[in-house]
Amino acid sequence: MHPALQGVATIVIGVGACLAYFYGSNQFLDRVLFPAKGPNAGRNINRANMVRPWLFLFPALFALCLYLAYPVVETLRLSLTDRNQDGAFVGLANYAQMASEPKFWEAMRNNMLWLIVVPALSTAFGLLAAQLTDRIKWGNIAKSLIFMPMAISFVGASVIWKLVYDARPPGTEQIGVLNALYVWFTGNDPQQWLTVPFWNNFFLMIVLVWIQTGFAMVILSAALRGIPEETIEAAIVDGANPFQIFFKIKVPQIMGTILVVWTTITIVVLKVFDIVYAMTNGQWETQVLANYMFDKLFRANDWGVGSASAMVIMLLVTPILVWNVWNARKEMR
Amino acid sequence: MDNIAGHKSSLTWAVHISVVVLVALWLFPTVGLLVSSFRTADQIATSGWWSSLSQQERQNPAIRLEGAEVLDGGLYVIEGALFPGLEAEVSAWGTSSRAPEAYAPGETAELTKGRTVTVDAAGNFRMTAETSQEGARLPRVFTTATTPPEFTLENYRQVLGGGSGTDDMSRAFISTLTVTVPATIIPIVVAAFAAYALAWMDFPGRALLVAFVVGLLVVPLQLALIPLLKLHLGIGIGKGYLGVWLAHTGFGLPLAIYLLRNYMVGLPRDIIENARVDGATEFQIFTKIILPLSFPALASFAIFQFLWTWNDLLVAKVFLIDSTGRTTVMTNQIVELLGTRGGNWEILATAAFVSISVPLVVFFAMQRYLVRGLLAGSVK
Repeated sequence: MHPALQGVATIVIGVGACLAYFYGSNQFLDRVLFPAKGPNAGRNINRANMVRPWLFLFPALFALCLYLAYPVVETLRLSLTDRNQDGAFVGLANYAQMASEPKFWEAMRNNMLWLIVVPALSTAFGLLAAQLTDRIKWGNIAKSLIFMPMAISFVGASVIWKLVYDARPPGTEQIGVLNALYVWFTGNDPQQWLTVPFWNNFFLMIVLVWIQTGFAMVILSAALRGIPEETIEAAIVDGANPFQIFFKIKVPQIMGTILVVWTTITIVVLKVFDIVYAMTNGQWETQVLANYMFDKLFRANDWGVGSASAMVIMLLVTPILVWNVWNARKEMR
Repeated sequence: MDNIAGHKSSLTWAVHISVVVLVALWLFPTVGLLVSSFRTADQIATSGWWSSLSQQERQNPAIRLEGAEVLDGGLYVIEGALFPGLEAEVSAWGTSSRAPEAYAPGETAELTKGRTVTVDAAGNFRMTAETSQEGARLPRVFTTATTPPEFTLENYRQVLGGGSGTDDMSRAFISTLTVTVPATIIPIVVAAFAAYALAWMDFPGRALLVAFVVGLLVVPLQLALIPLLKLHLGIGIGKGYLGVWLAHTGFGLPLAIYLLRNYMVGLPRDIIENARVDGATEFQIFTKIILPLSFPALASFAIFQFLWTWNDLLVAKVFLIDSTGRTTVMTNQIVELLGTRGGNWEILATAAFVSISVPLVVFFAMQRYLVRGLLAGSVK
């Protein structure tokens, strides 16, 4: 069968099965299990209504538990066992082995750099773009163009930026814009930007900043518009200049939103894999945790250390997780 | 607001200029890829894409002469054009790579075995020889010429089915689509029911479940890779479409439930209570009232999930692509191209652009919903 046909067939079956479950289970509940007629009609309706939320929730809960909750526990277990010894419990041996690898510490160092640089730059650029575009007529067009990279895959973005960083031998015309400018301004030989240790990390980070700035801009722009006019008018009357208004009146009022944007990008950064995988694959000292983990899992086939590094990522995410849950609880009260 | 007397004009100009610069910076890399995808390999390799729009003088790669032989006054003559159909202006030319600019237009080069070559300014050549050149390798000509901008669709033909091996993205395109559509629709269906239960049904433990979903929102999917791959292999799903749909469904659910629940909670209570009083079942309320009213939230999540599954590499690599590679998705194929054909920018740029064009269309068509979803999903 042609793959396209196969695809269509599976779509129909998959979605059909989902709908059939909901419709069928509700029908079963109302007609067969607790029919709303006969001697026990009233009690049956109450019972049906007790069960129904769980009927609605069941597929979602099942998938959530199986695909997100269970793996957290299982990964923790795997990180404490050794696959080669038939899954024997080895305590923290995997973690010890991981800590002895320089590549791991390189990944940690780079991840910390990413964690500082990417959210900071994305938020700063996003705030700048939001503030500037809010004041001009064609601001919406400008916004949607800055926002556009959000739709581009990390892999696509990697190709786009690899072209920017491309280097040709000295003396020939450069086709990567960065080297073209570099040669033109400095007269030096073109550089293989992605192979220059340490600084190449920043060239990779630029890609993510480029993608995430639009996100920050959209959220912050909405927050800026939500600022009460009176506070700004009062500042103008008091003779504040535009910069004072921005930094002393507007920014403090949207601090909460800035924090949300910051943490959201932080989570993206912790999981960043595609960009490093596609552009350098962790060579030239650009390793990050997610790619280190992928390496361990699927190249070295070392599930113990792979799981241990996944747990490190989980550990780094945990503060944000707790903070989010705490906020959500506070809101529901 | 900030138009205090005297400040306005200069500041407004500064704002306009800064925005222009910012937009240009953000757009420049993508435009580069788009322009490159319409250029030939030679053009990409010899000049920056930014110079492709203007007339440019550059040294062209060698062109081997070819054409029909005519016997003219005892000499075998081959005539033709170096740049058929193009308005080129040759400023210098040569017959060896060591001296590619040895001759001016109109001059005649004397080659070995009694052959001569003449190239004029318009790019026409005339080659003469004392013996027949039938079956012989004709000389190559190097030119430095000004040629008008030239674009080609050949790369797209290669990538969309004409190319061989990994150049051909059509199969990967179909696979990506096959992964994406069910992986977008199934979580919506599953999450909508759950979100309704969490928003409008009363049962013990509801608040706890909402907190549970919020917590799962940030769990890195890296943790799920090994346990789930083991599970899939263990229960016989193996690597394939079914596995990748299930995985995407699982990973997309927290956001879906969260977004939809937040939206549904905001729907007017009266409508739902009235329907209940009128004897509508919960299933009817859900399908006839809640679903149509929640369309904006459904659309925002659909766009998120679509972009995420279309652009995904990691989940597809782990749960879908087996050793035969028959179900490879576009992102994976592009990464492979980066490895094997890293220098072939014409194929790479075109493949990447084919892959990002669909999300871009969705993005520009449905940006409103995407923005609304972002705002609902993160500002809390």
